[in-house]
Amino acid sequence: MAGKKEAAKSNVSREELLKYYREMLLIRRFEEKAGQLYGMGLIGGFCHLYIGQEAVVVGLEACTKEGDKRVTSYRDHGHMLACGMDANGVMAELTGREGGYSKGKGGSMHMFSRAKHFYGGHGIVGAQVPLGAGLAMADKYKGNDNVTFTYFGDGAANQGQVYETYNMAELWQLPVIFVIENNGYAMGTSVKRSTKSTTLFGRGLAYGIPGEQVDGMDVLAVKAAGEKAVAHCRAGNGPYILEMMTYRYRGHSMSDPAKYRTREEVEKMKAEKDAIEHVRDLLLTPGLASEEDLKAIDREIKDVVNASAEFAKESPEPSVSELYTDIYA
Amino acid sequence: MADREIMYRDALREAIDEEMAANAQVFIIGEGIAERGGSYKVTEGLLAKYGKKRVRDTPIAEAGMIGVGVGAAIAGARPIVEILYVDFAMLGMEMIVNQAAKFRLMTGGTGRVPFIMRTQGGTGGGVAAQHSQSLEALFYHIPGLKVVMPSTPYDAKGLLKYALRQDDPVMFLEHKHLYMTKGMVPEGEYVIEFGKADIKREGSDVTLIAWSNMVPRAMAAAAELAKDGISVEVVDPRTLSPLDTGTILASVAKTKRVVIVQEAVRRGGVASDIASIIQEQAFYDLDAPITIVAGLNTPIPFNLELEKASVPQVPDVVAAVRKVLHHDIPMAAE
Repeated sequence: MAGKKEAAKSNVSREELLKYYREMLLIRRFEEKAGQLYGMGLIGGFCHLYIGQEAVVVGLEACTKEGDKRVTSYRDHGHMLACGMDANGVMAELTGREGGYSKGKGGSMHMFSRAKHFYGGHGIVGAQVPLGAGLAMADKYKGNDNVTFTYFGDGAANQGQVYETYNMAELWQLPVIFVIENNGYAMGTSVKRSTKSTTLFGRGLAYGIPGEQVDGMDVLAVKAAGEKAVAHCRAGNGPYILEMMTYRYRGHSMSDPAKYRTREEVEKMKAEKDAIEHVRDLLLTPGLASEEDLKAIDREIKDVVNASAEFAKESPEPSVSELYTDIYA
Repeated sequence: MADREIMYRDALREAIDEEMAANAQVFIIGEGIAERGGSYKVTEGLLAKYGKKRVRDTPIAEAGMIGVGVGAAIAGARPIVEILYVDFAMLGMEMIVNQAAKFRLMTGGTGRVPFIMRTQGGTGGGVAAQHSQSLEALFYHIPGLKVVMPSTPYDAKGLLKYALRQDDPVMFLEHKHLYMTKGMVPEGEYVIEFGKADIKREGSDVTLIAWSNMVPRAMAAAAELAKDGISVEVVDPRTLSPLDTGTILASVAKTKRVVIVQEAVRRGGVASDIASIIQEQAFYDLDAPITIVAGLNTPIPFNLELEKASVPQVPDVVAAVRKVLHHDIPMAAE
């Protein structure tokens, strides 16, 4: 795992660090706002926040090219923002409005963007994993060099369909990167209480799929591992597994008081491993940016997020006539 | 012994608790049911009382846990497998449909599968397309499965206790909207046999058949119609398989008019099957066509207003009853 010092020594440009800072901060502030709107009753149903895990998607998106695909679970807001989907459209879907990515019919867990090659947004734990291999299969069939990022959690890693998929993905050398976002908890059950085989990427070895564990709180480590995985896939060597060791600060969903872990554990992660603070240090300590520079970015992001909330409140409710649309092709 | 008013989820917990105390073969497994006490708090406190061996958290692996439950049942244990949402039970359909449902027949009656899958379905609060379905028709369609859908705390407890004493696979389908509802439940021992419908309200003008969360809506509709002097009989089958056709047909013979309410989508639903049974066996009793009020043939949309519009509400039931009574002509188009 790459540590802070190691990362600081690497030749990362000011621009690149500022980009990560901005993208991670956008996710965090967006999610905080979503949490507020949920508390105000403007967002209903389920709402699974990505706060704490920002470095994973931001680092991996930095490895993508046009045409690459991504698919994930219900904890999907961060992935959408990181791949360039519009904050307004995401927030308006959370409030169930016409201006949302799924016209208010999908909700927090179910959004898609063909333009950004984002294939959801899936509510059944692990179900996106075979779908992700299928997306990659289509690219291989068409003969391009696109790669599919298939994200899933440590909980999903215990679903049987993941292993059927591993087998086929390696057998057919599909260009898919399986990204296990290991945040330590499957809903309320810790990894250790879910399996004796806690090194999750290692299970791929049984199917011949290489992989590694990565410090998912360090965006530079994520980026470095992502580039390696992408190179492997694009070269036609089949799938790769990245097990991102990360942490979610909030509960599984807004209705989870997270009694299954201690407050100290959460506070320790925030204090010692926070992905945004890490990049902030990398910018401020060597003088690559000033407090004022970062404050300006904070303000800029605050404006984007506030505008998305306004849009999500103002966008009209979908018409009842929409009940029978979008069911059949 | 005295009745008390308790919640549906508490009634379910009492059933599990009493049967675990009475029979060492009963155990329960599921996602977050032990340490967290279950997402709907049905199993709260059971871990402390019965320990990890009998109250066990599972990984998120529905196909596996349903299969393990079926296997344990075949070997004579009495497992309750809690599946968080009925939508997730789709991962275990192989074990339910191809294994559990057929085992008794395939073994010439020598093998039994006392397997209970407790789960919940239905709409409630915008949990969207993959967490809101009413899928009872899928199980109802399969010979060999018993399908139970309690609407009240009293029924929930009595039916679950009965489920744990019989020997066939039971799909015990609760409703997310009912867990916090209250009802009178006796303190003492009782069970409710399968295949016994309950007349939730007696009436003489029209028979309203409903189950699960549609029962409170049928009752509310009946109360509203009573203000206009319309006497509605609400029949709750409680178990869809086995189905108490006797009670249904007796009610039809009395009222001559039928409305069936289901939250599930209309196409291929249980309501259609009940309607076909009634028309086949009681056609000459009927004074009006049987009317079905059902969910629209659409996945459940996220937006709360659309969600509400996609499943039957009290005014829809009231309108359907007026329609079969020719009470409100001309009727609104469906």
